[in-house]
Amino acid sequence: MKDFKDSAAREKVPFWLDPKKRAILFQLMTFAMVGLLAYYLTSNTLINLEKQSIATGFSFLQKESSFEIGESLIPYSAANTYARALLVGALNTIKVAFIGIVLTIILGTIIGMARLSTNWLLSKLAAIYIEFMQDIPILLQLFFWYAIFYETLPSSQEALNPGAGIYLSNRGVAFTIPEPHPAHLYMLLAFLVGCVIVYLIRRWARKRQEKTGQIFPVFLVSMGILVGFPLLTWWVLGAPLKMNVPKLGGFNFEGGLTVSPEFIALLLGLVLYTAAFVAEVVRAGIQSVSKGQREAAMSIGLRPVPVLNLVILPQALRVIVPPLTSQMLNLTKNSSLAVAIGYPDFVSVANTTINQTGQSIEGVALIMAVYLFFSLSTSVFMNWYNKRVALVER
Amino acid sequence: MKQVVQAEEIRPPITHIGVIGWVKNNLFNGVFNSILTVVTLFLLWKVVPPFFRWAFIDSAWHTTSQACREAAGACWSIISMNYRFILFGFYPYEEQWRPLLSMLILFGLLFYSRDRSHWKKPLAYGWIIGLFTMGLLMKGGILGLPSVESTQWGGLPLTLLLAVFGLTAAYPLGVILALGRRSRMPGVKILCILYIEMIRGVPLISLLFMSSIIFPLFLPEGVTFNKILRAQVAIILFTAAYIAEVVRGGLQGMSRGQYEAAESIGLNYYLTMRLVILPQALKIVIPPTVSILISAFKDTSLVVIIALFDLLKTTQSVLSNPEWMGFSREAYVFVAILYFLGCFSMSNYSRKLEKELSRGD
Repeated sequence: MKDFKDSAAREKVPFWLDPKKRAILFQLMTFAMVGLLAYYLTSNTLINLEKQSIATGFSFLQKESSFEIGESLIPYSAANTYARALLVGALNTIKVAFIGIVLTIILGTIIGMARLSTNWLLSKLAAIYIEFMQDIPILLQLFFWYAIFYETLPSSQEALNPGAGIYLSNRGVAFTIPEPHPAHLYMLLAFLVGCVIVYLIRRWARKRQEKTGQIFPVFLVSMGILVGFPLLTWWVLGAPLKMNVPKLGGFNFEGGLTVSPEFIALLLGLVLYTAAFVAEVVRAGIQSVSKGQREAAMSIGLRPVPVLNLVILPQALRVIVPPLTSQMLNLTKNSSLAVAIGYPDFVSVANTTINQTGQSIEGVALIMAVYLFFSLSTSVFMNWYNKRVALVER
Repeated sequence: MKQVVQAEEIRPPITHIGVIGWVKNNLFNGVFNSILTVVTLFLLWKVVPPFFRWAFIDSAWHTTSQACREAAGACWSIISMNYRFILFGFYPYEEQWRPLLSMLILFGLLFYSRDRSHWKKPLAYGWIIGLFTMGLLMKGGILGLPSVESTQWGGLPLTLLLAVFGLTAAYPLGVILALGRRSRMPGVKILCILYIEMIRGVPLISLLFMSSIIFPLFLPEGVTFNKILRAQVAIILFTAAYIAEVVRGGLQGMSRGQYEAAESIGLNYYLTMRLVILPQALKIVIPPTVSILISAFKDTSLVVIIALFDLLKTTQSVLSNPEWMGFSREAYVFVAILYFLGCFSMSNYSRKLEKELSRGD
């Protein structure tokens, strides 16, 4: 009797009033709409492409690119394929993003600390810097720095020489670098060996401290090893001191390391702009640690450096890392504005490719795919780091 | 005989009060801070007076470019002689009062909306009418106003238009995406997450490229959109993803009790959202929404790259005129000041609002 009643009640509910069925129906409708839209756009595109007789697909990547790229980390010439040209662009993006991120974190931390300083003058200057930089579009800043380079600086014949071996001109900055020597390779090896040893020492020191309570001066010893090993290698291998000094050639400097004005303008703009945001992130992170924490740490007799290292930073980093990640991603994405000042980053090379081949859909798809890859890999790494600094509850 | 000792009022030492005390406490408290102060003052002394000299004393304000080249300081003449073109682009010279009036309407509306006690229904209608009037004024073609093609729009009005219309249109889309992302239906949820994360993972410039070269391919033959509208669509699609994330933050801030209370009085999903959840959630996220408006305003400058004549592009085309070549610093400083004024007033307002809202009135 009861069973009968239940099933009758169930039958009475029409499917559009049953939440589960309605949800399925709604989702099917959504998918159908998205699918129809996609179908409509694709079919239009295919018709249009056929009319303009543009072939689809990525086969153009294997063709000869026949355009030069100003700067490249790997050997490249106009005879290489489009695929290699795009690789050059991607590497240039990685280069500027990587150097930019490192410099931004350093500068941002300094400005963030200055903002929190008890020194009124410094704190106000930092506040002004942050407000100004955040309120001016990054593109405008890039144009400004680039204009400073090509308008204000003299030609390479009359290059400014602010310090020994550094030349500033509208063709970029030329640095003196050490002449290549086999000893450099061994120094690098020594440094890597030093890194491994430092890692082992840290592990050993932590274990010993947990067992016996004795503290080993890890930081000093590590620095000694990291600096000392390469220096020792350098000395053992005859201390090569020959320098590669930039000399004025016909139009530009030869020798040394010349950094293009486009690269410097891009780097300068990205770092100065993003550092303002990072400074705010750092400030908020440090302020989030309550005053009591510092006082408690000091009251159990910790010295200022351990207070910072063991108490303040671990808690502040937890607040800092997630927004810092998004700032790093912003910097990487903003590096695409290189196209506006002519630094050959990925977008710029892809744009040239699109203009030459007419493969616009493939080109834009490549741009999106590459940046999605950068974004996802950065957030995977930062999530891993975030897990490490996150609260470990025992 | 009792001696009454008159307690003398002891003032704090002079080094702790007044100007000296302030300077001592804020600039010279400790060796390190004193060094910092001295170094900073020295740097300021090195930078500020020469800059002041360049910008105000040695500068040329309203001269020909020839006189400018002879002046030792800044050449503000590039602005004063070309301001109409920088501000309005290729908009017909005689008709430039129309974009000016549109901008004034916009500023008026923004200014009136500052006060939260004005946030009522009539204000919403005011905005709709205002935006509509602005569009009509710019476009013309009625009431005896000559029609001006949107290809001729440019300068500051274009920048403002892209930002304001971009945010207005992106807002509802962003709210829908945020609701979709919080939905219990896996299909809808996945679609929304895909959209939001994809857009947030790519730079705006790639969307603008898409708008300028791929959108025309998407449309059936014979249907064309103009370039400004296409860029506007790209900005809307881009901004919506960011708004969605902000709104999601607000939705997550709602306690379960709110949903349960709404359900218990028999509201369905639509009514729950419209009457209970969204009014509260959207109120929480007003300050971050203002920061999105600020970034949208700054991001519109990117349309330079697809050759739309916004404020930055008109400035650049003045700079490419041989007569005014070489005064980029002055021109960019001027544009920077305009952007700064816009963004600074908005961020200031957002901070004020945040304080008001957190007071919980």
